[in-house]
Amino acid sequence: MNAAVLVFPGSNREGDVARAIETVSGKKPKLIWHAETVLPAGTDLVVLPGGFAYGDYLRCGAIAARAPIMDAVRNHADRGGLVLGICNGFQILCESGLLPGVLVRNARLKFMCREVYLRVERSDTPFSRRYNAGDVIKVPVAHGEGNYIADSETLARLEGEGRVLFRYTAPDGTLDPNWNHNGSTNAIAGILSDKLNVFGLMPHPENHVDPVVGPTDGRGFFESIRATLEAA
Amino acid sequence: MIRNEPKITPQLVAEHGLKPDEYERFRALIGRDPSFTELGIVSAMWNEHCSYKSSRVHLRTLPTKAAWVIQGPGENAGVIDIGDGLACVFKMESHNHPSFIEPYQGAATGVGGILRDVFTMGARPIACLNALRFGSPDHPKTRQLVAGVVAGIGGYGNSFGVPTVGGSVGFHSRYDGNILVNAMAVGIAETDKIFYAKATGVGRPVVYLGSKTGRDGIHGATMASAEFGENSEEKRPTVQVGDPFAEKLLLEASLEIMRKGCVIAIQDMGAAGLTCSAVEMGAKGDLGITLDIERVPTREEGMTAYEMMLSESQERMLMVLKPEKEKEAEEIFRKWGLDFAVVGETTDTKRFIVRHHGDVMADLPIKELGDEAPEYERPYADPRKLPIIDPASVPCPAPIFEILTKLIGSPDLSSKRWVWQQYDHLILNNTVQRPGGDAAVVRVGNGPKALAITTDVTPRYCEADPFEGGKQAVAEAWRNLTAVGARPLAVTDNLNFGNPERPEIMGQFVYCVRGIGEACKALDFPVVSGNVSLYNETNGRGILPTPTIGGVGLLDDLAKSVNLSFKRDGEAILLIGKSAGWLGQSAYLATILGREEGAPPPVDLALEKRTGDFVRSQIGEGLVSAVHDLSDGGLLVALAEMAMASGMGAKLDAAPVGLPAHGFWFGEDQARYVVTVKAADLPKIETAAARAGVSLTRLGTTGGAELTLQGENPILVSTLQATHEGWLPNYMKQPA
Repeated sequence: MNAAVLVFPGSNREGDVARAIETVSGKKPKLIWHAETVLPAGTDLVVLPGGFAYGDYLRCGAIAARAPIMDAVRNHADRGGLVLGICNGFQILCESGLLPGVLVRNARLKFMCREVYLRVERSDTPFSRRYNAGDVIKVPVAHGEGNYIADSETLARLEGEGRVLFRYTAPDGTLDPNWNHNGSTNAIAGILSDKLNVFGLMPHPENHVDPVVGPTDGRGFFESIRATLEAA
Repeated sequence: MIRNEPKITPQLVAEHGLKPDEYERFRALIGRDPSFTELGIVSAMWNEHCSYKSSRVHLRTLPTKAAWVIQGPGENAGVIDIGDGLACVFKMESHNHPSFIEPYQGAATGVGGILRDVFTMGARPIACLNALRFGSPDHPKTRQLVAGVVAGIGGYGNSFGVPTVGGSVGFHSRYDGNILVNAMAVGIAETDKIFYAKATGVGRPVVYLGSKTGRDGIHGATMASAEFGENSEEKRPTVQVGDPFAEKLLLEASLEIMRKGCVIAIQDMGAAGLTCSAVEMGAKGDLGITLDIERVPTREEGMTAYEMMLSESQERMLMVLKPEKEKEAEEIFRKWGLDFAVVGETTDTKRFIVRHHGDVMADLPIKELGDEAPEYERPYADPRKLPIIDPASVPCPAPIFEILTKLIGSPDLSSKRWVWQQYDHLILNNTVQRPGGDAAVVRVGNGPKALAITTDVTPRYCEADPFEGGKQAVAEAWRNLTAVGARPLAVTDNLNFGNPERPEIMGQFVYCVRGIGEACKALDFPVVSGNVSLYNETNGRGILPTPTIGGVGLLDDLAKSVNLSFKRDGEAILLIGKSAGWLGQSAYLATILGREEGAPPPVDLALEKRTGDFVRSQIGEGLVSAVHDLSDGGLLVALAEMAMASGMGAKLDAAPVGLPAHGFWFGEDQARYVVTVKAADLPKIETAAARAGVSLTRLGTTGGAELTLQGENPILVSTLQATHEGWLPNYMKQPA
C-alpha cells in the first residue's frame, strides 16, 4: 500500500488518517503538499483528508478543488487508481467533479461531533470487501456541512448503480430520520464514482481504528483497501 | 514634534482608562507631556488586563515551584516536565467582556489567543478545554449567548484542528450581565526546544509574522479593564474577529521555523497587540526596541501609528530572528501564504521607539512601561463568615429519587452533551476519555503516557466563603485528576471577579487567592500560569467570584486509567471518605429549596491528600473498576452519573442511621469518591483502606436496569438518562 495523503492549507486530519493507514498496513503514507503537481511514483491510494482546506472560505472544498495537485489526482482516478476523500476530502471531491452532488449545512445547522451508525450497503467494492453487506458499523462524524444533496436524476443513478456505500441508520441498521443526524438525502453517508474507484464519505473511520481511543469498527474499512491493493 | 495627533486633555486621558494620578506618574516618568501615540501605548500597558496592577501583590504569594516545573507564571504559558524529554505547556485565559458583546467572535478569539500562547512557546497544541458561566436560564439574553459562545469555541477549535475535550458550563443570575468564557489550551514540546519572549542581542531584526493589521480590537484590553454599563453593546467594534484558518497556518509556519533554528525570541500579539509584544520582548531582555511602523503589513490604507500600536487584530506574532536565518524563515512563511516583514530591530538603549515614516511617534523607557506599572495594595474587606447549617434543620419535601431526578435535570447538573457535541473532541486520535467524565484523558504521542486535564470551580462556595471556595476549586481539580488515575502535577488559574476598587470584591479576591495558595501548597500542585479578569460587573453588580482552576495530571500508563461508568453486574459500590451530610451551599439547597445559604463545605487538605492518594494507589493496583469524584449534588447524583454512563443500575443500601437521609444522599462533604470493586476484592480494599487511614463504606451492588433503594420507587436508568440529557436541548429549542 503506497498511500499519498494530500495536505492543503487548513487540512487537519491528515495525521489521523495517516496513522490509521500505518496501523493497518504497516506502511507510513507520504504527505503531499497541495502545491505539488505530481504524485510520488507508485502511489496506489490518494487520500484527501478531513479539515478546513482554505478555511472552508467561499464554499467547503471549492478552493482546494482547484489546487495544483488536483490534476494529478484526476489523472490517477482516470487510470483507475483509488481515491478516498474523508469529510472535507469528500467535499473537495464533489467540488472537483470527481464525485456528483454537494454537501451543504447540516439540517440542524450545527457542527456535530458524535458517533453514528452506518449500514454497509455492499461488500463488493474496493473500500468494503472486509465487511458484509448489511453490517452496521459505529464511527464518529465531525462536521457542520455534511448534508448530502443532488438532483433527482443523479440520485436515481447513484441508487440504481449501487453507488451508495454507507447510509446513516439506527443501531439495528434500519433507516430512521432521527439517526440521520445531518439530514442527508436518502441518509447518504458515502458514495462511489461510476467505476467504484473513487469514494467520498463524511464520517471518520480513521478515528475508530485504535482500541485505546474507542471502538475499532473503522478498521475493516482500511483493511478492505489494503486487501484490494494487495490483490491488484 | 508630532503633527496630526489630538491634543492631550484630561478627558482624553480619562477615556484611555488612566486615573489622574496614573497619568501624573507617567508624565513624571518621561519628564514631559506624552504624545497621543504614547498615551495609547501607556494605556495599553498599564490597564488592569495587561499590568495586573490590583492583583500582582497577591499573586506573588502563590506557590509556583516544584521539581517538575520548567517555567512558572510570567511567560506566555506555564511549562512542566512530563518525562522522556517532553514538556507540557498550558494556560487558561478569559475572554469574558468580548464574549458578552459579541458571543461568537469573542469566544472564538478567546480560543485563538490561548492556542497562540501555547504554540508561541514551541508546543504543538493537543487539547483545549473551557469553563463557561452564563446568566440565569430565564434571562432573555442567555439562550443567544450560549448558542453564540458554543458555536464560536467550536468554530475556532474545530477548524484549527485541536480537540476540545472537556470543560464546565454553569448558570446563575449573577452572570446575567457578565458571562464568563475561560479557555484553556494544552500543548506538548520537547524540553530542550522551548521558546521564550526574552530578546537577546543588539541590532537583530524584529520580524512581524502572520495576518495583516486592521482597525479591529483597538482598545480591547482597555475595555476588558472596565465595568459594563447600559451601553456596553456599543463596544462591539472593540471585539476582534478570528480567523482559525490563518491561525492554523501560523501554527505550522511558526513550529517549522522553530524546528529550523531561526528563532531567538517570540511573542504572540494578544491583548494590546504590537505594543505589548514588543515591550515585553525588549523589557525581558533588557534591550530597547525600535519599530518603523510603516513596514507593518496592514489591511487598510492610512492607518496611524496609534491605530497600529493598539490594534488587536488576531493571528499575529512578533519574533527576533537569527540574522543569518532570516531568509530561510521568510521562505517558510511565504510558503504558508503568511505575511513576513522586518519591522524593527533590537537596540541597547532600553528605549521603546516607534517611528512612522521617520517621525518619532513614541520614545519611552521600555522597562518602566512594564516593570514600573502602577501596583496597588487595594483595601479589602474580610468576608463575613456564614453560619453552618445543621442538616437536620433542612426539610426534605419529596421522596429521595424524585429529588434526584430534579437535580440531574437541573441547568447546572444536566448533561452538557449539546455543548460538547459541537466541539470536535476526537481529532488527533488521542482522546482516551471523552467529555462527560471527571477529567479528559489525552494520549501523549503513541503512549503509553497520557495527560489528564480538567477545569473546576464552585462559584457559590467562593461567594459564601472565598477562602474555603478557593481551596475547594483546587481540591476538586486535584480530585478529578486523581479519579481517572492521574498524578496531579500543576494548575493554571483564571481568576474572574468584579470591581477590585470595591473592598468587598477585593476581599473575595484576596481570600480566594489565599485559599488557592494554601491548597496548592498542601497538594504539591503549583500554579504555573494564569490570568486575572476583574471588573466583571454591570451597573454595580458583580459576578459570583469565580477562580477557575485548570488542572493537569500525568498517567504513566494510560491502560491503567479508569472512568466513572459501572462495568459489571454484581460489583460492590463503595464510598471512600466520610459523609457528615453537609447541606450548606449545596445544589440540593439551591435547586430543591431555592436557598443559597450557609457556609460551604470546608476542605480538610490533609484528608483530601490522604484520600486521593489512596484512591490513586488502588487504581494503580488495578483493584477498582470505576471511580467517580463527589462534587455538586453529592453522593446520589454521583451514583446516578455512574449508572447513566454505563446504562447499568444498582441496588443501594439504606442511608446509615444518625444522618438525615437527604443529608447523606445530597450532602457535599469534600474529599470523597465512589469506587466499584469485584465482590471478591472487597476484603483486600478494606484492609488497604484501614492501613491508609481512609474511611470506606459499602453503598450497594451494581446490576439491573434500575436504581433501587429501600422506601423509594425504583427508577429506570433510561428514565434518568432521558431527564439528564433532556434539559439543555429542550431549553435551546425554545424561542428566545
